[in-house]
Amino acid sequence: MDTALPARVAPTTVAPAPWGRVRRSRHVANQALKIICTLFTILGATVLGWILLMLLYEGIGGLSPAVFTETTPGPGSQGGGIANALVGSLILTFLGIVVATPVGVLAGTYLAEYGKGSKLAEIIRFVNDILLAAPSILIGLFVYMLMVQPMGGYSGWAGGVALAIIAVPVIVRTTEDMLRLVPGSLREAGAALGAPMSTVIIHISWKAARAGMVTGILLATARIAGETAPLLFTALNNNFWFNPTLMGGVSNLPVMIFQFALSPYENWRELAWAGALIITMSILALSVVARLLLRKDKAR
Amino acid sequence: MSTIALNTSSAIGNAAAADASAPVRIAVKDLNFYYGDFRSLKDISLDFYDRQVTALIGPSGCGKSTLLRTFNRIYSLYPEQRAEGQILLDGQNVLSPSVDVNELRARVGMVFQKPTPFPMSIYDNIAFGIKLYEKLSKSELDDRVEEALRKAALWDEAKDKLRQSGMGLSGGQQQRLCIARTIAQRPEVILLDEPTSALDPISTGKIEELIEQLRSEFTIVIVTHNMQQAARISQFTAFMYLGELVEFGPTTRMFMNPVKKQTQDYITGRFG
Repeated sequence: MDTALPARVAPTTVAPAPWGRVRRSRHVANQALKIICTLFTILGATVLGWILLMLLYEGIGGLSPAVFTETTPGPGSQGGGIANALVGSLILTFLGIVVATPVGVLAGTYLAEYGKGSKLAEIIRFVNDILLAAPSILIGLFVYMLMVQPMGGYSGWAGGVALAIIAVPVIVRTTEDMLRLVPGSLREAGAALGAPMSTVIIHISWKAARAGMVTGILLATARIAGETAPLLFTALNNNFWFNPTLMGGVSNLPVMIFQFALSPYENWRELAWAGALIITMSILALSVVARLLLRKDKAR
Repeated sequence: MSTIALNTSSAIGNAAAADASAPVRIAVKDLNFYYGDFRSLKDISLDFYDRQVTALIGPSGCGKSTLLRTFNRIYSLYPEQRAEGQILLDGQNVLSPSVDVNELRARVGMVFQKPTPFPMSIYDNIAFGIKLYEKLSKSELDDRVEEALRKAALWDEAKDKLRQSGMGLSGGQQQRLCIARTIAQRPEVILLDEPTSALDPISTGKIEELIEQLRSEFTIVIVTHNMQQAARISQFTAFMYLGELVEFGPTTRMFMNPVKKQTQDYITGRFG
């Protein structure tokens, strides 16, 4: 069409184009890796989606106002709810996080601010990483020996402490990571005004890392809200309203789900599904809030 | 001569003339500085005059920032760094262990290369430093914040958003906020470590005007890579190279008639 354009004149010295230098096998390997990665991503996402869909499918049928208002029913009886387990779980999780937050935040602060380059900090960091991966049933047994045996029985307090021990390493780790992201220039600027280190940490470092640190605490909350094993030896469970002093077994969602799901009673199994759905949705909500917090902070 | 040199000469004389009769505010004597085993300042001896702007110039790595960072002992945040010798501020050796480092830093303020607003409101950014050393009533504090913002030429832009985050300001405004924060403490000396190298020309111009005004109240030491800037705003200039002080004198003389060949080569842009 472009007749107006002069015909292209081929350059007289054309070097042969270097095509074919990249071997075919490289293209094949590249394509193969891409396909394998995609397939496994789909596999992972499918399993996750499957679990969520199954939870919704099985759990929604069991949801009713009674689930939130009535206590767990006796074996083989009809109706009832899981109000005692819901309240118990809230209390245990709250206890755990209230104990774990100061310990975790302060230890993380030590690692990031005071312990830079010290041997002690390195050891603590290593131990914390081990604790992060410790089997939670071990922690349950540890608290059993530490609190349940000496106190002469199961208690919500022991359950809270067990959950706190799970949460502490998570909070230590995120606190340290978030404080490390605070630029050193900010600390220097604080010090240059004559602020002692404690003031710089409390008013500058913590403030700058606040959103990330809160996110870590929320994620730790989500983590302990669904823990079952540490509660088996500590708070146990209770199919009635527990003692307000939290002495004796305290009902909670994870152990309730564990018991009810394995039972032969249709009604119990339905309640277990409902409980599982509630706990999963709560954790999902916590995670979403944590993400939003972080994003809002980045946009600022 | 290169165009850089021509530009530089056109800037000379813009600043007020050096006042050689001004008393010495900071006297550096036989100062050596070490990063671990590396000696990065070698026997520096140098005087800084009261209410004069002294520019430290020299190629990257020559030790000018290191020298600046000894005056408020900010280097002591890092255990592997140490200084030997004397830095006399009004006759008192600030390197002496008996000097409280936080008190020293309240007397010797510092502004950094990158603006470093704290993650808090504009008002709190300035009140932070004041509250460290003074107990003031709310209205006194308000006055001090306003005074600092006015002196830093930021009041008109910031007065309606004192409660907003300091991070929301532009780069140039943030740097003026940092200067306001520093002068709010009423220090005696202000150290500026390449305060405009991260800023655009208009913001740079504002900061330079500001430095000229602040000179009437504070002794100012500025590290700069920009020789025109040194010529424009300083009364004295020190040229450093490889950790040594090569030449020091009134800025006009340093740029018009440098004594050392190295100085001449550097300011005419032949190296560095």
